[in-house]
Amino acid sequence: MIQVHDLTKSFGPHMALAGVDLSVETGEFVALVGPNGAGKTTLLRILATLIRPTSGSVRIAGLDPVKEGEGVRRRIGFLSHRTLLYEDLTAEQNLWFYAKMYDLADSSARVADLLERVGLTSRRHDLVGTFSRGMQQRLAVARAVLHRAQLLLLDEPYTGLDPLATQALTNLLTELAEEGCTILLTTHDLNRDLKVGRRVVVLARGRVVHDVPRAEVDLAAFPEQYMQLVR
Amino acid sequence: MRFIRIVWAIVVKDVAAEFHTREMISAMLVFSVLALLIFSFALDLRGAVAQAAAPGVLWATVAFAGTLGLSRSLTREQQTGCIDGLLLAPVDRSAIFLGKALGNLAFMAVVEAVLLPLSSALFDVPLLRPGVLLVTALGTVGYAAVGTLLATIAVNTRAREVMLPILLLPLAIPSLIAAVQATGGLVEGGTLAEVGGWMRLLVVYDLVIVAVSVLTFGYLVEE
Repeated sequence: MIQVHDLTKSFGPHMALAGVDLSVETGEFVALVGPNGAGKTTLLRILATLIRPTSGSVRIAGLDPVKEGEGVRRRIGFLSHRTLLYEDLTAEQNLWFYAKMYDLADSSARVADLLERVGLTSRRHDLVGTFSRGMQQRLAVARAVLHRAQLLLLDEPYTGLDPLATQALTNLLTELAEEGCTILLTTHDLNRDLKVGRRVVVLARGRVVHDVPRAEVDLAAFPEQYMQLVR
Repeated sequence: MRFIRIVWAIVVKDVAAEFHTREMISAMLVFSVLALLIFSFALDLRGAVAQAAAPGVLWATVAFAGTLGLSRSLTREQQTGCIDGLLLAPVDRSAIFLGKALGNLAFMAVVEAVLLPLSSALFDVPLLRPGVLLVTALGTVGYAAVGTLLATIAVNTRAREVMLPILLLPLAIPSLIAAVQATGGLVEGGTLAEVGGWMRLLVVYDLVIVAVSVLTFGYLVEE
């Protein structure tokens, strides 16, 4: 699903990505961990076609995000700690708007189904600005998967969520992964987010410095190993 | 056809969001009415003086009220990252620009629908004429287009509130001058043919600005 080779991105003199190599298979759930400034968000924004790489090659489902941006955008869903939702619109209006942007044929059924799935049917006519952070993030997940995205790019989606909302989001993501959705999630919270991924990739100083299946990670020993990797 | 549907969806979304809060339109209307009243009382505009000054007063008010609305329109997209939501959609980015610009045009048109009769009454000048309405439409199209483009740039800067007027007003000068001159000519009893030069300038300005904006918007919104 994702093929990244020798990817670099510079912002003026600062090199955010310094030669990233990463391959993610269809259906994988990858947790991309790294300290602040490691380049996680930059990598995700390149994959999401929001910024252009400086050099290197990127393919998503065989498509080049720079040259075939529309095709890539049709296949991806993007979620960050910012909800990308209009607080001055209702939950239903937000999903309806994005359904139109993606030209969905079954907008009504899909919007109703997703509102039900994220537990917001009873609040569908309420303005998003009146929602709690957890409710907004659940609706943001609905927005991200509205067009049946094959690849979900999640940029620290747990930021600001309480334990209950965190659990609800984890359940949703697990369901999506079980349905075959490829998920790439960035985080710097080792205690919580490593548990949801099935593969752990550590990014530091703009490079992948560690890449192992989740099953091989000793959660108790990993924080110390991680500190050595990112130092 | 899909392109038009996307443009329309963005316009409807902006109108619906504004319908819920009425923040932008009420700010624009209050500012416009107060500005007109201040001009009216401060300059004591009557008779021939009013005829000469009313077009300038009208367009200065439209320009500043428009700037308020343009700034708010793009700030709304930026606050919760919604601009990313738009850019992530599999659509031509020129459709996003046109949707935003048409939404801004609609809000400016609502303000002008109040300003024109109010100015007519306050200054006792005939502004509700087909010719003046045409000039108003042409002047507003160019202003909304260039304003939407520059608001997109300004909203990403630290001093976004002050940056938009600094960027916008110099670029809007040709359109504003042409609009003031054409409106003035028509108010003084001239015909559309007599202000044809200013009208042509407005049309050319609109075409150039819309074309440049459509072509450059995609590059401007990329980081």
